[in-house]
Amino acid sequence: MGVISSKLGNLGVVTTTLDTAINWGRNGAMWPLLFGLACCAIEYMGTQASNYDLSRFGMELNRASPRQADLLIVSGRLTRKMAPVVRQLYDQMADPKWVISMGDCASCGGVYNNYALVQGVDEVIPVDVYVAGCPPRPEQLLHGIITLHEKIKGDSIRHWAAPQEAIRV
Amino acid sequence: MAVQSAPETMEQVFKWEGSLDDLKGLVSERAITGETMLLNMGPHHPSTHGVLRVLLELDGEEIVTCLPDVGFLHTGIEKTIESKTYEKGVTLTDRMDYLAPMSNNMGYCLAVEKLVGLEVPYRAQIMRVICLELTRLNSHLVWLGTHAIDMGAMSVFLYAFREREMILKMFETLSGQRLMGSYMRPGGVWRDFPEGFLQTLESFLEYFQPKIDDYERLLTKNPLWIDRTQGIGVIEPEQAMAWGISGPSLRGSGVNWDLRKTMPYSSYEQFDFNVPVGEHGDVYDRYLVRILEMRESVKIIQQALKKLPAKGPFRSENRKFVPPPRAELGQSMEAVIHHFKLWTEGFSAPDEEVFVAIESPRGELGVYLHGTGGTKPRRIHFKTPSFVHISSLPIMTQGHLIADLVAIIGSVDVVLGDCDR
Repeated sequence: MGVISSKLGNLGVVTTTLDTAINWGRNGAMWPLLFGLACCAIEYMGTQASNYDLSRFGMELNRASPRQADLLIVSGRLTRKMAPVVRQLYDQMADPKWVISMGDCASCGGVYNNYALVQGVDEVIPVDVYVAGCPPRPEQLLHGIITLHEKIKGDSIRHWAAPQEAIRV
Repeated sequence: MAVQSAPETMEQVFKWEGSLDDLKGLVSERAITGETMLLNMGPHHPSTHGVLRVLLELDGEEIVTCLPDVGFLHTGIEKTIESKTYEKGVTLTDRMDYLAPMSNNMGYCLAVEKLVGLEVPYRAQIMRVICLELTRLNSHLVWLGTHAIDMGAMSVFLYAFREREMILKMFETLSGQRLMGSYMRPGGVWRDFPEGFLQTLESFLEYFQPKIDDYERLLTKNPLWIDRTQGIGVIEPEQAMAWGISGPSLRGSGVNWDLRKTMPYSSYEQFDFNVPVGEHGDVYDRYLVRILEMRESVKIIQQALKKLPAKGPFRSENRKFVPPPRAELGQSMEAVIHHFKLWTEGFSAPDEEVFVAIESPRGELGVYLHGTGGTKPRRIHFKTPSFVHISSLPIMTQGHLIADLVAIIGSVDVVLGDCDR
């Protein structure tokens, strides 16, 4: 019956859970914040550009305003002078929001253990996925994004208020 | 001035917001009375090419004063190098100007070589030239893409990154890393060109040359592009020199000054290439100069491919400074000693100071290095072009519209990692 009624124009009925439908929507069109700090931002640009084409994941639309963005990719070393700015950007993003810490510097301070750098962006904002590399290849960032997608698929509206745990890749 | 601790809160970072008295002398009197508007741009802004913050004083849409605020990416690289041996310092220099890592490597290695008096074999010099010019292409492609995207031309960005990806693949075959290769080391380069690299390079150059025409077809005679760039951000040659502007931004003003010609290093004197020079010193001329530079870079690489000796050392054989290859360790006790010595303690450099400058894609990259007599430097300082170019933004932007600021920032090709270090 289903096939025939589709051909006639009746799209029929799909049954699913509310969780799956919501998570499907969140995964399919996650808008990143147009935000770059240092070297990793160049690899992030490379991920956006022709060869790796982030629009395959519905992420080609970078929003310059944090109020329109869902995903904050902290791409690069976070200095003490910049840390309050990143915190404010995160606070300005509307829920639900996610953070990917891209690269070693953002994840743990990287090669710089000195006076200038915050030793990991998780000192300032909560992080969902850590991506290693200095800088990570576009493939690594894509892997991080897919990991985040997997994480979101496991979310349930029943747990919205509960704190989320970090995944390390 | 008292030493200030790192800011903890937003209020400390944006202190200017509340106290206009701090700005006296920096902005005009009209801003204090509220006649003109003060507008903050950055550090998070899509068109400031990183984390540059500028405070603008606007009369309507016209810029009266432009105050750049740098330091949002200050990483303490100079200080960190003081705690590394000379060989390890190379890794950190990559991460300053992250669009042209090899140029930073080169400046640093030249300084170390000058300090300890280390000779670089001819073949290694030519290999370095190939890498430097590839880096220039790489950097100019990112500049072209981002500059165009700032002005609303999206497709150039996609084309430029397509070609850039090929250069990065070549860098990966050289060093194992796409961006931060640390391929150059004191005394030469890390390893020989891998098999097939030269053929890949040759075919890339053949492929790349017509692509430059493609970019030009999209922009050079595009009326929108010309409207946005011609007569914008003009800087006179005298002014440009007085502010210390260098590289393509200086040559756009018509000053023929290229360190590859005036103070040749790494055998650049043997190469035959032109130095493109602009006329008007505006955004458009700086754009043309960089496009022509890409063509010259291709020419230089082609000449280097002809000059490159088929066989020969790629790194100095002076074992006091350069670790022996792995194969020697099994045969010679002396090699084992050198290997151990160089990788644990490192080599010593005299208590003297040196300064070298090279032509990075952005301009003059100066390296000041002061040894201690031990294995770590006392002080290293980089004189970077981006810092100078950002500090000259106020004179370039005066009287222009706020939309032109984006064009001007793009045209001087600033990299905040290069500026703040």
